[in-house]
Amino acid sequence: MSGDPTTGADGARALLEAVDLHKSFGPTPALDGAGLRVRAGEVVAVMGPSGSGKSTLLHCLAGILTPDRGTVRYRDVELSAMGDGARSELRRTDFGFVFQFGQLVPELSCLENVALPLRLGSVKRKEAESRAREWLERLEVADVADKRPGETSGGQGQRVAVARALVTGPRVVFADEPTGALDSLNGERVMQLLVTAAKETNAAVVLVTHEARVAAYSDREVVVRDGRSREMEPVT
Amino acid sequence: MSIGHTLLGLLEKGPRHGYDLKKAYDERFGHDRPLHYGQVYTTLSRLLRNGLVEEAGVEAGDGPERKRYAITDAGVTDVEHWLGTPEKPEPYLQNTLYAKVVLALLSGRSADEVLDVQRAAHLKTMRELTKRKAAGDLADQLICDHALFHLEADLRWLELTAARLGQLKTAVTR
Repeated sequence: MSGDPTTGADGARALLEAVDLHKSFGPTPALDGAGLRVRAGEVVAVMGPSGSGKSTLLHCLAGILTPDRGTVRYRDVELSAMGDGARSELRRTDFGFVFQFGQLVPELSCLENVALPLRLGSVKRKEAESRAREWLERLEVADVADKRPGETSGGQGQRVAVARALVTGPRVVFADEPTGALDSLNGERVMQLLVTAAKETNAAVVLVTHEARVAAYSDREVVVRDGRSREMEPVT
Repeated sequence: MSIGHTLLGLLEKGPRHGYDLKKAYDERFGHDRPLHYGQVYTTLSRLLRNGLVEEAGVEAGDGPERKRYAITDAGVTDVEHWLGTPEKPEPYLQNTLYAKVVLALLSGRSADEVLDVQRAAHLKTMRELTKRKAAGDLADQLICDHALFHLEADLRWLELTAARLGQLKTAVTR
């Protein structure tokens, strides 16, 4: 079979799929049969109350955590069957990450931060910085290129983080409460820029959020409650 | 709020007089706005005409108000349809949503399902507003934001209620 999982004829084939995930931390179950399907280019919001297991689900999907039971498949390859090295490589080449805060290296300039994933992939400095600059421009923060993260505002820093997540051309961007530390206006702008850039590059976005106004930027939502997930049908 | 559906939901526990129904309604849902007797009997005669309730006996020495009403199979189907259909997302829905959640709990149906279906309907409207905002001018943005904040408040209420369903079930089925 030669089908590309990103372009199934019916559009229903998953790029990334988690089935029946179980994960406990000590005696506490965080996931209890959760699952999720993500198609290429779609933005999926993962919603649910604090402690419902939504961040654990994201970490399992991204191969950061290994579930105790259940499978995560990316492009028809099971993540748990990959070695640590291959999984790290996959995260660097195919996945991008945006967190609430604390993700930029404070000693590097914003430009160097955005160029970093490319440099780790052995792209030459000049080329990496040129592409990083393009992304900073796209995210409307070219003016902070030479500043360190500590010298930028929260909104600027988060746009730099989005640029860094997208610079490698990932197929999936994992965003965990990406606007959680921002005021409404900055949060909205970050979401607009993230979703627009992801759509333009056909990257899927898995967006963990407890804010409905942020989830409203998604194409559909999955609700996680008590470690179990429910994919909501579109309302007609 | 749909008084007819709420009365039907209350009748699922067993046949009642119009007076009992009014009392049950007022206790649970009518704190701010108790029903008038007239509303109860008008609603019951409409439900009767539509085959959603039937008369279930008349007590001795009574006037028309002592008739007992029972929900019919068609009435149960109607309640089920109502509980499973999201309300049009708009501000100030709390009375109807609260009534749906309570009636789902009272009848042993899934209140989670009621909340999930409503959440999906709210988010769909929020997505439409968010798209309209992105394409619109500042006036559009401000108008959409107003609606978005109201819908968000409803959704926060839905989340909080979902987290308290266990407590609420204990309280309403006591």
